[in-house]
Amino acid sequence: MRDERQATLREGLRILVRAMRDEPVILGIAVAGSAVYGFATVAAAEVIGRVTDRVVVPAFRDGETTTGALALAALAIMVTSLVKAAGIVVRRYFAGLGQYRLNARYRRAVSRQYLRLPLSWHHQHSTGKLLSNANADVEASFWPIAPLPFALGVVVMLVFALVSMFLADPWLALVGALLFPAILLLNFVYQRRLSPLATRAQALRAELSGVAHESFDGATVVKALGREAAETLRFGKVAGQLRDANAAVGRVRGAFDPMLDALPNLGVLAVLIIGSVRVADGSLPAGTLVQVAYLLTITAFPIRAIGFVLGELPRATVGWRRVQAVLDATGALPHGTARLTASGDGAAHLGLDDVGYSYVEGTPVLDGVHLDVEPGRTVAVVGSTGSGKSTLASLLVRLVDPVSGAVLLDGTDLRQLEPGQVAGAVSLVFQQPFIFEDSVRDNVTLGLPAPDDDVWAALRLAQGDRFVHELDGELDARIGERGATLSGGQRQRLALARALVRKPRLLVLDDATSAVDPEVERRILAGLRDAALPSTVVVVAYRRATIALADEVVYVEDGRVSARGTHTELLTTSPGYRDLITAYERDAAERAMARTDQENRS
Amino acid sequence: MSPAASPGSRLGDVRSGSAWATFRRGLALSPEITQGLTATLLLALVATAGRVVVPITVQQTIDGGLNATGGADLGYIRWMVGLAAAGVVVTVVAAYLMNRRIFRASEAGLATLRTKAFRHVHDLSVLTQDTERRGSLVSRVTSDVDTISQFVQWGGLIMLVSIGQLIIATVVMAVYSWQLTLLVWVCFLPLFLALRTFQRMLSAAYMVVRERVGGMLGAISESVVGAQAVRAYAVEGRTQQRIDDAVEAHRVSASRAQRLAATAFSTGEVVAGLANAAIVVVGVLLGVAGDITLGRMLAFLFLVTLFVAPVQVGTEVLSEAQNAIAGWRRVLGILDTPADVADPGENGVRLPRGPIDVRFECVSYAYPNGPTVLHEVDVAIARHTRVAVVGETGSGKTTFAKLLTRLMDPVRGRVLVDGADLRDVRFASLRERVVMVPQEGFLFDDTLAANLRYGKPEATDEELLLAVTELGLGEWLDSLPYGLETPVGQRGESLSAGERQLVALARAYLADPDLLVLDEATSAVDPATEVRLARALEGISRGRTSVTIAHRLSTAEAADEVFVFDRGRLVESGPHAELVEKGGVYAALHAAWISQSR
Repeated sequence: MRDERQATLREGLRILVRAMRDEPVILGIAVAGSAVYGFATVAAAEVIGRVTDRVVVPAFRDGETTTGALALAALAIMVTSLVKAAGIVVRRYFAGLGQYRLNARYRRAVSRQYLRLPLSWHHQHSTGKLLSNANADVEASFWPIAPLPFALGVVVMLVFALVSMFLADPWLALVGALLFPAILLLNFVYQRRLSPLATRAQALRAELSGVAHESFDGATVVKALGREAAETLRFGKVAGQLRDANAAVGRVRGAFDPMLDALPNLGVLAVLIIGSVRVADGSLPAGTLVQVAYLLTITAFPIRAIGFVLGELPRATVGWRRVQAVLDATGALPHGTARLTASGDGAAHLGLDDVGYSYVEGTPVLDGVHLDVEPGRTVAVVGSTGSGKSTLASLLVRLVDPVSGAVLLDGTDLRQLEPGQVAGAVSLVFQQPFIFEDSVRDNVTLGLPAPDDDVWAALRLAQGDRFVHELDGELDARIGERGATLSGGQRQRLALARALVRKPRLLVLDDATSAVDPEVERRILAGLRDAALPSTVVVVAYRRATIALADEVVYVEDGRVSARGTHTELLTTSPGYRDLITAYERDAAERAMARTDQENRS
Repeated sequence: MSPAASPGSRLGDVRSGSAWATFRRGLALSPEITQGLTATLLLALVATAGRVVVPITVQQTIDGGLNATGGADLGYIRWMVGLAAAGVVVTVVAAYLMNRRIFRASEAGLATLRTKAFRHVHDLSVLTQDTERRGSLVSRVTSDVDTISQFVQWGGLIMLVSIGQLIIATVVMAVYSWQLTLLVWVCFLPLFLALRTFQRMLSAAYMVVRERVGGMLGAISESVVGAQAVRAYAVEGRTQQRIDDAVEAHRVSASRAQRLAATAFSTGEVVAGLANAAIVVVGVLLGVAGDITLGRMLAFLFLVTLFVAPVQVGTEVLSEAQNAIAGWRRVLGILDTPADVADPGENGVRLPRGPIDVRFECVSYAYPNGPTVLHEVDVAIARHTRVAVVGETGSGKTTFAKLLTRLMDPVRGRVLVDGADLRDVRFASLRERVVMVPQEGFLFDDTLAANLRYGKPEATDEELLLAVTELGLGEWLDSLPYGLETPVGQRGESLSAGERQLVALARAYLADPDLLVLDEATSAVDPATEVRLARALEGISRGRTSVTIAHRLSTAEAADEVFVFDRGRLVESGPHAELVEKGGVYAALHAAWISQSR
């Protein structure tokens, strides 16, 4: 526990050092501003002391004063407070600037990793976690940066304050020498006590939000099974834990805050009692007593800045660990330098040579897959749920690399191609396409410089032109989370247009029309055939009509190609294929027979 | 709002009303907050009174001790300082007790409020209809309540103490010198008045920051949620550019807000300097005239420090107060939204168990502010009938299912179950008898067993296994690494879409309803599995009434009766063979299906 704490402190300090190194100028200015503020704070007390001794006390004693003395006093007070204020502005503004620059820097770094790391890495991390790494965790890491210059300035202030007090009176300085460490110590103990409780409350807030998210997402199930009361109990339990955790935080804060307020006050009282003895015996002017008392009063709050930094360190450490895990992750897909020779028009030749793939070592999803697709051919990949079809599709666009064997495009291993070559030649359309928060046009082109005519042509081929015409703004209509909502079928058609506009040399459709009405799907498939695309096409599908489009069918069973040939051939040669494809038909036939039996019997 | 729209389908966003009204109503809903408030306020009084102990002691030390007539009176000073120290200790204790009470009371009250609101959300149809709004509903029972809690315990507390210390400091000042008191207020008053303006500028700036956070999260999520698409189309560069732009926009807006905040914060310091200078000048002049003692004048310098903190944190506190009131309004908005699909409660009808029949009487449905999606449906489902509902996407099939299970109420007409209007049937009774399996197959982040038990918490492991086997899923269960104890992951994402649907089906089957409603419940499984499931379901749905929204017409072929929907109307109904012969909408759908699948 103790070691853990020390580790946290050391790690936390390392974050602060890294931040200072990343933004030395901006944070340096903030620290300088804070030091000026610290110095001016001590100077303000000095000014009050001198003014008391030289202007106020004589005036009260003698019953007279001069305009010059008063003006000078007022000017001195105003100047110190203006310097102090300037220090505050510089400190706060530049500290914030540094904090936001650091946030931006590491958010960019984290998202670069997201774009660079392979898909297999993405599969191991939940969306929610990755988003919070880029947002909340980066923010938590650099949260202590905001009070850091303040805290460093306070150190300067404390040194000046002690020097000022010693010069004023060693006895009174003793009070400060005891008081300042006491406040620091109390702060330290406070943060130590508070941070585990605050961390726990934070965790419970996340848990509560998780319960609410899940319960509301599953609302239909909750309602359909009448579980509202049980869900409320579940939520209420975590809400109760959060209440207790927050109350525990409150007890600690409630005890330490008043003590931290009281300590400087007790210090001032000590100064009064010691100082008045010294004033009474004539060894100290009254102004000095006022000066030290005033100094303790105005330094009491700033000292707590050190506590603010310390208090944020545990949270920052946890956040930084998570951010660093992303930054340190390795394993991008390496690229080669080869280019596709027959680039430009013309369908591609696709080859799979003894390809194997597994998500978990020892349980292959694909095993020894051989495939050879001549340019311009259309191949249907058929298999039951979980047979490895989608994995096969993602290998073809090099979303993942095979564990064994090779995927060849025009005879070249995909891994030897230079970046951009695969995506330039191959388009994959997913069953659940991703829609970018953007216009229809940009969702289709994704930055490809394509004229609107081409976009419309692709949409027409994907049977998506009609619904786009109905959208407000047509190609300019915003879609995605904060734009128009599209149905599953509309999303699939848009994604298909996205692939078609690129005139890919190899088109891979992974159950890409599953949410489209059968009639619309028929038109899409007919269109694809008539358009005579310069493409080799690989389709993953269940529907008979989709399969009928293919020149050849590859039947995948348990991660292996168990049969290939035309649809008619496979119906006779592959029992597994027959069972899968004719399930509905056989079902209907058996039912008809059962009905006839029944009628005959009655 | 259109009169046809059912109230609970929209969120009473901000029932407008003054902040005060929100505050009063909020307190009424969380009575724990005001319990024992008098004692808390008394403690607050003691705690704030303690803040003037030091200035008074400074004054007494100088005037009554050092400058006492007849020489310094050290005894008096010791006595005064001792008294003051006791006062400081009492203050600490009072502040501690006050804090404790405030924390405990507010947390208890807010936990109650959260839970009440959470329960109420489940009764609002917006939850099942408008999936886009779910995030906002979650924030209403989480972060919105947190803003209230944060305000009560930080900003609110500071506000209370600040106001108290300003009043008490002013009283002490007024006793010492009315002229100097006036002077201090002349310096600070403009600043207090300007606080609102500062705060408005700041909150406008922070509003921009919040919007930019949303944009930034959206951009970053493209690199995560759209990871596949980004790689498949090699648009990494474009995506990175969008992220960089959004991150930069956020940084610029946050820095701008920071500049405002820093400036506002420092003004307190400048004004305090001004006040100090004025006190010295005027105080000395008053002293020369014999109108004020040295101690009193010097005490003013200490009293002015009590004005600085309230000014410095004033804008932040006001912003927090504004956020808290807005948050509170949003939470109350939930509770003020009438539950449109509500349990009739004690007076409701209890339906005895047994075979069930259903009648739709001239039922229409329209989404709030939307077009009518179901027009005057009149149809009856006899006991033991297995009905298949077919139609193209958007024809009203799912709406029909949702009305049948009372996930929503019709805008016009009635749905009768065993002769009773669904709206009069108690939820407990309804959910026991009517169960729907929605298309998504949503699972909770728990084990397979826990998910299966969701509709029947008391089911034993044997019952679970039996149900799975009866559905013909025994082999599939055996293939899972940990069997019933397999964790399904968030939303069941460790399982495939098809497997999730299998679990959802088994879960509903275990609940043992008299009317089973399946909404495309097997759309994601391969044909062979689907046929197997359909067979199993037929076996178990014998003796029950069942309604299946079918996306594959094989289901319709097997049903006793087929309902055909087209553009929100029930256009045909009857047995499969009859409808095929008739040559209408169904015959066309069926022909298309045959040409697709065989």
